[in-house]
Amino acid sequence: MKKELRLMKGNEAVGEAAIRVGADGYFGYPITTQSEVLEYLMSEKPHERTGMVVLQAESEVAAINMVYGAAGAGKMAITSSSSPGISLKQEGISYMAGAELPCVILNVVRGGPGLGTIQPGQADYFQAVKGGGHGDYKLITLAPSSVQEMYDFTILGFELAFKYRNPVMLLSDGAIGQMMEKVELTEQKERRTTEEIVKQCPWATTGKPKSRDHNIITSLELQSDKQEELNHKLQRKYKQVEEDEVRYETIQCEDAEYLIIAFGTSARIAQKAVKEAREQGIKMGLLRPITLFPFPKKKIMEMTQQVKGMLSVEMNAGQMVEDIRLAVNGKVPVEHFGRLGGNMPSSEEIIEQVRKHF
Amino acid sequence: MEDIKKAEYLAYKKTEVLTDKVLHYCPGCGHGTIHRLVAEVIEELDLQHKTIGIAPVGCSVLAYEYFNVDFQEAAHGRAPALATAISRLYPDHAVFTYQGDGDLAAIGTAETIHACNRGENIVIVFVNNGIYGMTGGQMAPTTLENMKSSTSPYGRDVKMMGSPMKMSELVANLPGTHYVTRQAVHKPGHVRKTKRALKKAFQYQQEKKGTQLVEIVSNCNSGWKMTPNKSNQWMEENMFPFFPLGDIKTPDDK
Ligand SMILES: Cc1ncc(C[n+]2csc(CCOP(=O)(O)OP(=O)(O)O)c2C)c(N)n1
Repeated sequence: MKKELRLMKGNEAVGEAAIRVGADGYFGYPITTQSEVLEYLMSEKPHERTGMVVLQAESEVAAINMVYGAAGAGKMAITSSSSPGISLKQEGISYMAGAELPCVILNVVRGGPGLGTIQPGQADYFQAVKGGGHGDYKLITLAPSSVQEMYDFTILGFELAFKYRNPVMLLSDGAIGQMMEKVELTEQKERRTTEEIVKQCPWATTGKPKSRDHNIITSLELQSDKQEELNHKLQRKYKQVEEDEVRYETIQCEDAEYLIIAFGTSARIAQKAVKEAREQGIKMGLLRPITLFPFPKKKIMEMTQQVKGMLSVEMNAGQMVEDIRLAVNGKVPVEHFGRLGGNMPSSEEIIEQVRKHF
Repeated sequence: MEDIKKAEYLAYKKTEVLTDKVLHYCPGCGHGTIHRLVAEVIEELDLQHKTIGIAPVGCSVLAYEYFNVDFQEAAHGRAPALATAISRLYPDHAVFTYQGDGDLAAIGTAETIHACNRGENIVIVFVNNGIYGMTGGQMAPTTLENMKSSTSPYGRDVKMMGSPMKMSELVANLPGTHYVTRQAVHKPGHVRKTKRALKKAFQYQQEKKGTQLVEIVSNCNSGWKMTPNKSNQWMEENMFPFFPLGDIKTPDDK
């Protein structure tokens, strides 16, 4: 079959992927760095293409709670926002984690804190991978670094969300959301019928037939022993995720003496830095975590055997670097280089940092 | 005993849309009666298999334990957002929210107003007891002027705390609402009227007529610190003048 290629913005690719994977609903609220998701979906008339419901909610709070309702009823639902809006969604995300509901949440991160800036950032790393809202929970966090990955990870996100009954966060940034690249599209999947949903999600509130008890979606359990057991169940799930779902990419790591670790837009720039450094005779390699939770701890530990130092390149004041240091446990020096406030690092700066530190 | 349990003597039978769980509500509270009425209406309209209810955060947070239909428990105030998505994705289902005044008229005001404004095809059962029951009797948006609560211990001073809100009148002004009514359940006559109102609301919902809101002015004898009887009397004397019972918007008004 001939490949279907299209030039798209990252945000548009998420919208198209949601339609093609057979998602049932998108609920969102406009905010710069990601408004194109809703705009694209509205212009595509998904209700005609697949019957997908697309709704501009009154707020991010309402949007995530619409996603909760949809997911609780077994539907494939997605929402998107940018940093301030993602902060507003945190209560709902925590409820979804507690009630074990699947969904995809896209954060096209901008610089913060507060209203911050509309330029790209990566300062929502902690919020994404450490929980974000209240309580002990984790989001499976995927970090796309191209428009193609915005498309692919939307689809992968739904797969993982339903596999683990857990919200999945796509931690993107303003650059990847806005840039245009060629995307290879997948075939249109049919949306699941109610029968298929009932089979796939026997726990969902699809309407109680005589043959089963009523289904309840809740995160409430007032008895502390039972609540503790629910928490243990979540922790077991996260452990399983850490065992089975780690994804990363290595670039020129085979003979690397210095390792850059970066995700998203920073990883694109770091890849250029690796090439330029090698032209200057510095044996640099790049490890790009694709899943930020689960974090590629084992691979990073393994790399301590080989490299003299690691540099975490991030568009924040030093967040992922903490996880790298935990993984490395003092075996090799780990440094951080970050640009803040919506600025992006340059390949020259990265090489200069490696020269300076190691 | 056993031989008088015969079908021909049956005067009242508990609806199967309620489970056998023992209600946790305070003796004298209206929630139990309202649960029963909603459940009976669901049974009489043969909707059990396609009803999805949304519980609030408030005294009725555990409503999902008592209704024998599929249920979701929402974050405080967000029930209409859940209901929006569910009713759009299951357009033939009977989708209803069950909310207190703090849930619906304070923290969830935006969700309530916008669901009503979009005319989401849902039933909203709004239990107005003028107070935050669950958290121990704090002031609600519906707490009356000069009424005491744990956070208005000298009475609600409207200059400082704002005036009580009439949510039903407010949403009745929105084009998306189809039927808005205010009822009570403290006396048999009112119970019957409330049931008729709920039945209409669920029927209209099944006819896809938009948002149906049934407000039920109810007591909170614990929160108001009164005996059940006294609280009902107080409700008649103080709540009803400010929250008059009756239809606020009917399909004929359109
Ligand atoms: C975000 C959030 N804020 C506050 C609370 C605490 N809280 C629980 S119930 C409630 C008020 C409930 O009052 P109302 O809606 O009137 O229902 P009632 O208990 O009177 O039936 C509050 C403030 C909460 N659970 N979540």
